[in-house]
Amino acid sequence: MMRDLAKAAMVALLAPGMAIANGEAKFGFQTPQTIVAHEIYDLHLLVLGIVVVIALGVFAVVAYAMLRHRRSLGHQAKQFDDNKAVQILWTAIPLLIVVGLAFPATRTVSVMKDTSNPDMTIKVTGYQWKWRYDYLGEDVSFYSDLSTAREQIENKVPKGENYLLEVDNPMVVPVGKKVRILVTANDVIHSWWVPAFGVKQDAIVGYVRDSWFTVDTPGIYRGQCAELCGKEHGFMPIVVEAVPEEKYRTWLTEQQTKGKAAIAAASAAAGKTYALDELKTEGEKVYGRSCAACHQANGQGVPGAFPAIAHGAITTGPVAGHIDIVLNGSKKNPAMAAWKGQLSDLEIAAVITYERNAFGNALGDVVQPNQIAAAAK
Amino acid sequence: MEIPLRGPEAVAHADYPTGIRRWLTATNHKDIGTLYLSFSFAMFLVGGVMALTIRAELFQPGLQIVQPEFFNQLTTLHGLIMLFGAFMPAFVGFANWQIPLMIGAPDMAFPRLNNFSFWLLPPAAILLIGSLFAPGGATGAGWTLYPPLSVQMGPGMDMAIFAIHILGVSSIMGSINIVVTILNMRAPGMTLMKMPMFVWTWFVTAYMIILVMPVLAGAVTMLLTDRHFDTHFFNAAGGGDPVLFQHILWFFGHPEVYILVLPTFGIVSQVIPTFARKRLYGYRSMVVATCAIGIISCLVWAHHMFTVGMPVGGQLFFMYASLLVAVPTGVKVFNWTATMWEGSLSFETPMLFAVGFLFVFVCGGITGVILAIVPVDVQLQDTYYIIAHFHYTMVAASLFGMYAGTYYWLPKWTGHMYDETLGRWHFWLSMIFFNITFFPMHFLGLAGMPRRIPDYPLQFADFNMIATIGAFGFGLSQVLFVYTVIKCVRGGQPATARVWDGAEGLEWTLPSPVPHHTFQTPPVVA
Repeated sequence: MMRDLAKAAMVALLAPGMAIANGEAKFGFQTPQTIVAHEIYDLHLLVLGIVVVIALGVFAVVAYAMLRHRRSLGHQAKQFDDNKAVQILWTAIPLLIVVGLAFPATRTVSVMKDTSNPDMTIKVTGYQWKWRYDYLGEDVSFYSDLSTAREQIENKVPKGENYLLEVDNPMVVPVGKKVRILVTANDVIHSWWVPAFGVKQDAIVGYVRDSWFTVDTPGIYRGQCAELCGKEHGFMPIVVEAVPEEKYRTWLTEQQTKGKAAIAAASAAAGKTYALDELKTEGEKVYGRSCAACHQANGQGVPGAFPAIAHGAITTGPVAGHIDIVLNGSKKNPAMAAWKGQLSDLEIAAVITYERNAFGNALGDVVQPNQIAAAAK
Repeated sequence: MEIPLRGPEAVAHADYPTGIRRWLTATNHKDIGTLYLSFSFAMFLVGGVMALTIRAELFQPGLQIVQPEFFNQLTTLHGLIMLFGAFMPAFVGFANWQIPLMIGAPDMAFPRLNNFSFWLLPPAAILLIGSLFAPGGATGAGWTLYPPLSVQMGPGMDMAIFAIHILGVSSIMGSINIVVTILNMRAPGMTLMKMPMFVWTWFVTAYMIILVMPVLAGAVTMLLTDRHFDTHFFNAAGGGDPVLFQHILWFFGHPEVYILVLPTFGIVSQVIPTFARKRLYGYRSMVVATCAIGIISCLVWAHHMFTVGMPVGGQLFFMYASLLVAVPTGVKVFNWTATMWEGSLSFETPMLFAVGFLFVFVCGGITGVILAIVPVDVQLQDTYYIIAHFHYTMVAASLFGMYAGTYYWLPKWTGHMYDETLGRWHFWLSMIFFNITFFPMHFLGLAGMPRRIPDYPLQFADFNMIATIGAFGFGLSQVLFVYTVIKCVRGGQPATARVWDGAEGLEWTLPSPVPHHTFQTPPVVA
């Protein structure tokens, strides 16, 4: 604690210099990577320059008055009357300045809004708390989840370089191509934001909004969800990997193959009967990824907000009810998502089996993927 | 603490209730003013402790002190309590104390309504703070309460909705009282264009409250029925629209920020001429600018929603309208500057806070112009830049303005001069720590740190650490204010009737402390 305080005091004193020296913290926007981000960058500098000059002008006049027109210096107050010309002048000049600012801003707005003639389209869906990307017409879709280990967040192990800004499956796009994104959400409002692209688009449930970007240079660009979306709002980053065209094509083919393999695996799983232990092992992984954020790693939930899995009414009640709530979500408590479509039949079967045979629950129930498929019909 | 009845009239009203009954049944505008100010300061401390807990969690990356769900509850309640529990009631407190004194009225127009307006506040505060102990805790949907997230929340959300209803009723009744008082109870000869600026700004503010508070009440009621009675106002699956809520909320929310700053403009317009020993420059244009701000501020709400995906036409309209607000606001700043120019300035605590207000308000104002530019706003929306911007305008500007008003009128209210040394310390500490806290947040926002997150990537660590240190300094500095005020109420150098040699206005014709009943016979204003 003392060391923290000492460090804090040092940081407070040296911060501006340190920040420049280690190149970590910055005083302005991230390096722009798209036309729109460049325009925003320039527009910001222009407006900032103008308003800072005006503010400094006002401060200079006030400071002069404060220093020279003091009673302690024997300065006598001079009553001067209101002057109409002055009033008109200092109404008209700011008016002209804001009109002047509106022109370049209007031009940039029209550029930002022009989503016509894209080279490709990706549908972006916000979930509590991850993103899903569907490459329209390419048969590629996947979830993108935070990959920072829980231990780092809980300060049990040192934090990595891209702490809270790393995902398991990044969005991959080709450089130099106009990418249109269709943004929507599954549960609550999220916001898809990559600062270096100058793109921030709210993801609104039931509505589809669009935006676009063309990345100039290959690289990995990182952002975060920008709209409060519940407890894990701070833990659903966005990572976009911009790669040359050929590399993108290769990646796309790989994804398509992987997708087909997954479908084949799912259909193979449908007919297969698994043993309790197989399902429990798989279910534990699914639970950690998808359930532990709310129901907690120990299955105890959060009283009043997220029900406990351990000795829960549903998790120890009839199997049909358990399958129903995992598949379709809860109407009573909308925070419980519908996992149909988000998880495969096998994953749902596995996690239900796990929940019914862990955390002190020992019902011995084994739920098979074909039961899930039947219930989902 | 027992506050003595003021002046000789107290004796003439020997049957006046004493002890707790004096406050429970208070109909005297001065007592009610004191109640409002004390209550709002208590709420300010509660909201402040929440803010400090938030800052403590953000001292370093990683989760240390609170869990994410509780963090969200803290940010939500911090906002709601500061807005509705601290700042709005504080301004009504100033209105209660000062408006009758400044227009030469014996009291507010509806004294019993006045009592009711105040006593609605404690139950609402209990609901808000008590919601922390509801199953699932308080609402964690942010003070803006956007659905569908707010529909997911537990019963704490319903408690917050009812609290907002009650606080809204209180504000509306308080505003009606103020409008009626100003329109009907001015001393003979005090035409509208002779009213002190503080009265003018409250006059416009009261109309704004009457216009927008019912809209907020409607919005949260729709939220309540969506939550419990299967309506689908904001549920896309049922034909509703979640963005509709944002429009309604901000139709309230944007005028609200001016509701929180206009009375401050009024206070500063009283304080600066006093310590410049000059008339307020451009009184007429100040009145026009106040009305213009009131009207334009009702037409800019969607600039809080530039990232929801509005059509180009909508974005441009709200950008132009938002830029336009800068014009009357600029006129006000120029007039204050002109009032100081060639004055005979002295810098007692009220003036320090007024000049401090000018500085932080201009800082918050220029970031406001930057944020009005749609493309730049898209980049900065929902980041720490926004947090910096509105804390500069609301916390610093509104709060510093209210501190200016407190030190300015405290001798009139208590009959004692406050301790000038302590007052100056309070100013300098507040000013320095405020800037240490909030200035770095501009950089955080520019670099890409979203707001309302309990943990952050490593590149934001330095500035967050600085902000937390500043926040604790700022919080502790406010304890000094409590001490200074209590010391002043208890005793001190007796204040003269005029208190400040440059002070003008009816309130300064009354003895200090101001008697319990004043202006039973209306003064005549030449």
